[in-house]
Amino acid sequence: MNAPVQFQPSDTRTGVAERLVVIGNGMAGCRAVEEILARDPGRFAITIFGAEPRVNYNRIMLSPVLAGEKTFDDIVINTADWYAENEIALVSGDPVTVIDRQTQTVVTRSGRIEPYDRLLIATGSDPFIIPVPGHELAGVVTFRDLDDVDKMLAAADKGGNAVVIGGGLLGLEAAHGLSLRGMNVTVVHLMPTLMERQLDEAAGYLLKAALERRGQTIVTGGDTAEIQGKDDHVTGVRLKDGQEFAADIVVMAVGIRPATGLAKAAGLDVERGIIVDDHMVTSDPAIMAVGECVQHRGTCYGLVAPLWDMCRALADHATGSPSGYEGSVTSTKLKVSGIDLFSAGDFSGADGAEDIVMRDASRGVYKRVIVKDDRLVGAVLYGDTADGSWYFDLLKKGEDISGIREALIFGQAFAAGGALADPNAAVAALSDDAEICGCNGVSKGKVVETIHAGACSLDAVRSQCKASASCGSCTGLVESLLKLTLGDEVAAGPKTMCKCTTFTHSDVRRLIVEKDLKLIPQVMQELNWATPDGCASCRPALNYYLLCAWPGAYIDDQQSRFVNERLHANIQKDGTYSVVPRMWGGLTNPKELRAIADVVEKFNAPMVKVTGGQRLDIFGIKKEDLPAVWADLNAAGMVSGHAYGKSLRTVKTCVGSEWCRFGTQDSTGLGVKLERMTWGSWMPHKFKIAVSGCPRNCAEATIKDFGVVCVDSGYELHVGGNGGIKVRATDLLCKVETEVEAMDICAAFIQLYREQAWYLERTAPWIERVGLAHVQAALFDDPDAVARLAARFRHSQQFMQDDPWAKRVAGDEAELHQHLAEVRPLNLEMAQ
Amino acid sequence: MIGDWLDIGPVSQISPGNARTLPVQGGEEIAVFHTLDNQFYALVNKCPHRAGPLSQGIVHGSVVTCPLHNWNISLKTGEAQGDDKGCVPTIPLKVDAGRIYLLREAVLGKKAA
Ligand code: SRM
Ligand SMILES: Cc1cc2nc3c(=O)[nH]c(=O)nc-3n(C[C@H](O)[C@H](O)[C@H](O)COP(=O)(O)OP(=O)(O)OC[C@H]3O[C@@H](n4cnc5c(N)ncnc54)[C@H](O)[C@@H]3O)c2cc1C
Ligand code: SF4
Ligand code: FES
Repeated sequence: MNAPVQFQPSDTRTGVAERLVVIGNGMAGCRAVEEILARDPGRFAITIFGAEPRVNYNRIMLSPVLAGEKTFDDIVINTADWYAENEIALVSGDPVTVIDRQTQTVVTRSGRIEPYDRLLIATGSDPFIIPVPGHELAGVVTFRDLDDVDKMLAAADKGGNAVVIGGGLLGLEAAHGLSLRGMNVTVVHLMPTLMERQLDEAAGYLLKAALERRGQTIVTGGDTAEIQGKDDHVTGVRLKDGQEFAADIVVMAVGIRPATGLAKAAGLDVERGIIVDDHMVTSDPAIMAVGECVQHRGTCYGLVAPLWDMCRALADHATGSPSGYEGSVTSTKLKVSGIDLFSAGDFSGADGAEDIVMRDASRGVYKRVIVKDDRLVGAVLYGDTADGSWYFDLLKKGEDISGIREALIFGQAFAAGGALADPNAAVAALSDDAEICGCNGVSKGKVVETIHAGACSLDAVRSQCKASASCGSCTGLVESLLKLTLGDEVAAGPKTMCKCTTFTHSDVRRLIVEKDLKLIPQVMQELNWATPDGCASCRPALNYYLLCAWPGAYIDDQQSRFVNERLHANIQKDGTYSVVPRMWGGLTNPKELRAIADVVEKFNAPMVKVTGGQRLDIFGIKKEDLPAVWADLNAAGMVSGHAYGKSLRTVKTCVGSEWCRFGTQDSTGLGVKLERMTWGSWMPHKFKIAVSGCPRNCAEATIKDFGVVCVDSGYELHVGGNGGIKVRATDLLCKVETEVEAMDICAAFIQLYREQAWYLERTAPWIERVGLAHVQAALFDDPDAVARLAARFRHSQQFMQDDPWAKRVAGDEAELHQHLAEVRPLNLEMAQ
Repeated sequence: MIGDWLDIGPVSQISPGNARTLPVQGGEEIAVFHTLDNQFYALVNKCPHRAGPLSQGIVHGSVVTCPLHNWNISLKTGEAQGDDKGCVPTIPLKVDAGRIYLLREAVLGKKAA
């Protein structure tokens, strides 16, 4: 297979032609030759050296070959006849090993020496192999040429398991092919988002979900520790987090490196790629380079479109009419049948750039275009890529799109509709029976009728005819109809969660449960978020709603949490943190006090203070020192006090019947029990509890979220108090006789609040909004309601009550506390 | 060229939506951000409002919300967004072959962009 093969042309060359030698019989090398021949067929006597033992083929079509959609013959670009007809000498299967610039010759592995007048280097790229233990085992392959495909096909014939390392374009195409060939495929990707260089979080989520539906296992955030083997053949892959996957074949598709070895050894200027000018000439005027191996104006490319432009400029220059290459804007499509995905340009949300997002949850469509200064600068399309090339064209030409701005996201057909460019006009033109809301089957006629019948806000339309009440993708249409029907009379609806959505907090909470939504990007997709990844107000809210809806199953999204909850401490005005360990019910002991005193001294805390919540607050701790402080506090049995959280804060108690001459019940003991039951729970806002031993109320129970006032005959339970910005005394919820009842009702009330209140709504405003009667009805109308709510609360507490400090002490999320490195300007060195 | 850039390690050490810090002896601490769009930016870690540590804010789009008083600061230009006025120096950054580089002179405070 690897023996040198030669197609020698019959020697009709005239002696005058310059000798052009091409290294690399790949896409760029051959294209460059084609371009030269098209301009001046007699100019050069051409010899092409190719490391691969075959003619030139379309490398990008290796994916369809792997998937069984094409054969090798289908993807050949130039057959042996083409080389012969154009009098090109092809030396294949014999790589060039040396370029001798002095003698202007190249030498091949087999020892052949070929002189050149002009040399063209088109060696492409080499796949990168991560040097983990086991990377040299048989069965570890890359995905670059036909031989790789043959190896994968041989493995697939035997069936079994494949692990693909790398969830970029190549990796996913390999995974797709192997999966179609009947293998059980796992993709391990280092980053949290697939194809992160081309896709944003929203599109990456949709792609992952689609691949999982096809039976692939997708592991994001997976870092390979080792490739396991037996008898020199791969058997599996182990990740750094301990997960293991069996493998009969491992495909490494983690990236490519420009193949610059020859050029470097020959002394040409090389950085990441071989440096070329705008005419594809290297630092040696006799040597040109083209394709993936070059670096032009600082950029190396990994796609074919730029190669075509490079080859044009190269041929123009080589045939004496230089034109120049100025760099390329690239776009990406994934060649996985049934998955439509397109991305181009800059989607990093540049300044002054505006995102226009359209989502259609029912069709699984996400479209985002980025506009800046009336120009399109980027696009990400998932599910419907019909307009990809149109957007790409607008982008490359830098056309002014202000005229079609409103219609841009709807695509070319819509934008070209002239008058239709005004969405209101487009909606006006719809017939009465045109369907507006696909989810609920509501026609335009029905919506207009509802509006005429008095529904003068989006919310009223939603509740009266259900249009736009499910996924919200027709919200724009309903808003247009409101505008067309009522003009300026349209009433503003209730406040939406934030500017990213047209839904209110209550809608979102309801829809998360109804539609079984499990992840933040999924909520954003299914509920038609208007921004790609939300904002600082909706991300924390969604994170809480999901956490509350799916206890135990939902994985907390740390990036959606305010710093205090991410670092489990309160940030101070100088960027340091304060640390408040829990003191159950306000009780403490010498061991705890000693540990706190030691921490204060050891870490030079500038202040320690008794808080209004009956515990001690240590100030001025640096984020790097937090885990060490916590370790010392943990060692004395103390856990996080959540003084930073939208969660249970303190349970304040008074001395009660144990000591106080007026005490009626053991208020201290009950307070400790309540705190043990409720600590760790995430809530819509902070939550405070107090237990007073008698109506003198020394623990201020009547300004707490949940307050207990002990009396001779039992316990008065109070709710909805607030001692903060707007003081509100509690409402009396009920009176019970035993501690057990008091505890159950406390758990049930908290769960009701957790499930119904809006994020950042404390119990006081919540009760003002829904009414005490609503709360009482929800708890007491059905005799089982308290037990059911309390059971749900206790179930979710199973997953909440592990001390977040202890986890950090054990090394969890250590990078949140550590600096990347430190810069020391004196010796300009980096140090850890 | 290479010498003008300070290699601060692989992109994988900052997860998307996060920022990490880089203290500079005798200079301003730098915050290096990784957005959910997988872009990287570096700023002086000091909010133009009252010097809040921007590295600790919530990142959305190419903006970070300061943890102290919720100003929104552009990661691209360092400008405060909306009605707030102020600007924090940005540090030119490039990602090459999976590693993050900062412009050395900007890191050392000799030339902020
Ligand atoms: C430390 C402490 C003051 C003290 O030294 O006593 C304190 C400190 C802060 N309070 Fe407080 N509050 C403290 C007890 C209180 C109390 C008294 C109490 O709990 O009995 C109240 C009134 C009671 C109440 O909450 O209803 C109180 C009402 C507030 C409010 C207004 C809440 C409201 O709903 O109106 C805020 C603002 C907020 O939460 O949005 C607040 C916010 C804050 C913050 C978190 C401000 C912030 O966002 O950074 C302060 C954090 C300082 C820090 O780094 O530790 N703090 N705060 C007290 C900590 C208690 C604890 O052990 O956890
Ligand atoms: C599976 C796959 C799918 C792809 N899909 C797409 C896609 O959908 N869209 C897209 O735009 N791009 C895609 N690409 C990338 C695209 O194929 C490359 O950008 C393109 O092939 C680069 O062309 P090139 O000529 O620079 O390199 P190559 O096509 O790799 O050609 C270089 C040739 O030089 C040979 N060579 C190297 N060293 C020597 C030597 N010393 N002596 C002799 N010969 C040598 C190599 O063997 C190779 O044949 C894909 C790539 C792969 C592998
Ligand atoms: S009263 Fe104001 S200043 Fe004092 S701790 Fe509470 S929030 Fe801070
Ligand atoms: S310090 Fe950043 S907003 Fe105030």
